[in-house]
Amino acid sequence: MTSTSHLNPADLEKFGRELDKIREEILADLGDRDARYIRDVIAAQRMLELGGRVVLLASWLPPAWIAGTAALAAAKILENMEIGHNVLHGQWDWMRDPKIHSTTWEWDLVCPAEMWKHSHNFVHHTWTNVLGKDRDLGYSALRVTPEQDWHPVYLAQPFYNALLALFFEYGIAIYDLELERVPSGEKSAVEVLAQLRMVARKVRRQIVKDYVAFPLLAGPAFLPVLLANLTANMTRNVWAHAIIFCGHFPDGAEVFTEDRLDGETRGEWYLRQLQGSCNIDGGRLFHLMSGNLGHQIEHHLFPDLPSNRYAEIAPQVRALCERYGLAYTSDSLLRQVASVWKRVLRLALP
Amino acid sequence: MTVTLPWILRSLAEAGRWLSTPLSPDDYLGLLHPLWPAGELRGRVERLHPETADAVTLVIRPGRGWRPHRPGQWARIGVDVHGRRHWRTYSLSSPPHRPDGCITITVKADPDGIVSRHLARHTVPGTIVRLAGPDGTFVIPEPPPPRLLFLTAGSGITPVMAMLGGLLSDEIPPDVVLIHSAPTPQDVIFGDRLRRLAARSPYMELHERHTRSVGRLGPADLADLCPDWTGRAVWACGPTGMLDDLAAEWPGPAQNLHVERFTETLRPADGATGGRVRFTTTGRETGADGTTPLLNVGEDAGVLMPSGCRMGVCHSCVAPLRSGLVRDLRTGLVHGEPGDLIQTCVSAAVGPVELEL
Repeated sequence: MTSTSHLNPADLEKFGRELDKIREEILADLGDRDARYIRDVIAAQRMLELGGRVVLLASWLPPAWIAGTAALAAAKILENMEIGHNVLHGQWDWMRDPKIHSTTWEWDLVCPAEMWKHSHNFVHHTWTNVLGKDRDLGYSALRVTPEQDWHPVYLAQPFYNALLALFFEYGIAIYDLELERVPSGEKSAVEVLAQLRMVARKVRRQIVKDYVAFPLLAGPAFLPVLLANLTANMTRNVWAHAIIFCGHFPDGAEVFTEDRLDGETRGEWYLRQLQGSCNIDGGRLFHLMSGNLGHQIEHHLFPDLPSNRYAEIAPQVRALCERYGLAYTSDSLLRQVASVWKRVLRLALP
Repeated sequence: MTVTLPWILRSLAEAGRWLSTPLSPDDYLGLLHPLWPAGELRGRVERLHPETADAVTLVIRPGRGWRPHRPGQWARIGVDVHGRRHWRTYSLSSPPHRPDGCITITVKADPDGIVSRHLARHTVPGTIVRLAGPDGTFVIPEPPPPRLLFLTAGSGITPVMAMLGGLLSDEIPPDVVLIHSAPTPQDVIFGDRLRRLAARSPYMELHERHTRSVGRLGPADLADLCPDWTGRAVWACGPTGMLDDLAAEWPGPAQNLHVERFTETLRPADGATGGRVRFTTTGRETGADGTTPLLNVGEDAGVLMPSGCRMGVCHSCVAPLRSGLVRDLRTGLVHGEPGDLIQTCVSAAVGPVELEL
């Protein structure tokens, strides 16, 4: 654990104010350039998807299958990460465009946007890495920190984590139902049933689209198209799983106990977000394809700042951390993924 | 207006929805042509004509889904300025069925108006705007009354311009008097067209009043220019002061006076904080100071407020603003336009506020 004992409350308040200032400067500067960015990404994503699906109509030709599947997988990744996740955070609400707004957006994941916004934007981003409060710590299924009590079921976690990666969107949908809160009465069974119906509707629509309608349209290429769509969905799942797990589970990310929340100030909240998050180094294309979650620290400090600005403020945040003697965890994708898996394997055992 | 599609088109549309889920086919149509989506009514600015030193007519081609207006009606137009959508209401200055299928609005650049300045000074052909409407009751009945008086000032001429062409091309046109005020002859929007119309038609009488040299039009002037004014059906459009005076002086039957107001946005005085907060869906109303988040104000008033992090992070609490201004408690910034979705957990009332909750 990095020590923060060299910082007194006044230092932390100043630290918080400096971060507030970074946020305000970006907010004051938002304009046409940002609006053009998100509209361009959305248009490119839709063209890529359309193009991929058209090419797949000829997918009995192996090169067409490969090109179409790659395009569709890339489109699904963009739709989920750089567009969906960030729009649902309200990063683009300032544009007042009802077509690109957190309250109207729905994404191509089987987890309904409404449920995601509650579990992710509210629960996870408010209580980040607080054991017992942040359900994303291990997603109620994995042991990702030694502070979690061991249970024999965790012996199988390397296996079911790999499975989770493949079917990640279904994992999220089930997880967001918060089934573990039902027996205690915190959540009513009626509410869960209503949410289940929403999930079922989305599952039905995705299955019909990807595994019935588009394959049927391709006629003789029914099977190749079905396999292509399955591959694209799974590629998106595996990629999203990898990136998301690198956000809070590699070495360097800290876990907190609930007493940390008592009277937590703005500066302390920022500090917790910083200490609980890890960045991934990469180029522009990598950051685009990972929804800018390689800038996990910046994202957690400012969840509703437009994602195209994270790269811009990252050097400022890093310099600020240096000045305050605070750790800023960042490493290559390969090393972060390895670090996560080492943890999953190690913590499977008591 | 609902359009009944043949079943084959309806089935195609339904199939399209299954193929495009979770988006709609419209979202992909928009990639191919900006005016094809009908779900979100759009228009494309085709041309701009300067009318006076500070007024410009925008010729807009409406997209799929636009229904023709009646002369005198207005449309709402959504424009992106610095990336942010702003909606304003403008009278349509064109007759309903132009041969080129376009509509026009005529915008006078207000030195303090973000949107009017943007439309009049910084808009280029090809710009896509959002449209809503048309709507409004400032219209002439069918058949028109035999004698009409139009009383306009400044940009108040715009809805009347849309009416004149149609009226004067009727087989037996009604008797039309137009009294229009503007500071100088150069400031008269549509000046040349109005003068040409009046010169050509024996049924139209035009009185221009140039207020910088002869002062504002008073009730006595009206009787001089148009002795039978109280016997006419009147359509008036212009500044609030002029319309208030007219309404106060009008001696004729109330149903003969038709008034269109271009409402000005009322800004509370600087430093004004707090105010009455009304929740329009639930009908609850309460007082609020300038530092309490509207979320807490609503909760204290017993309104079921959506909420989340209560610190401006998660956007679970956003609610549509119907009227008024709010202050962002984090930045101190005062903002608010009708329809804005505001984060109630970090916004406080600045003057009276209405929220759709």
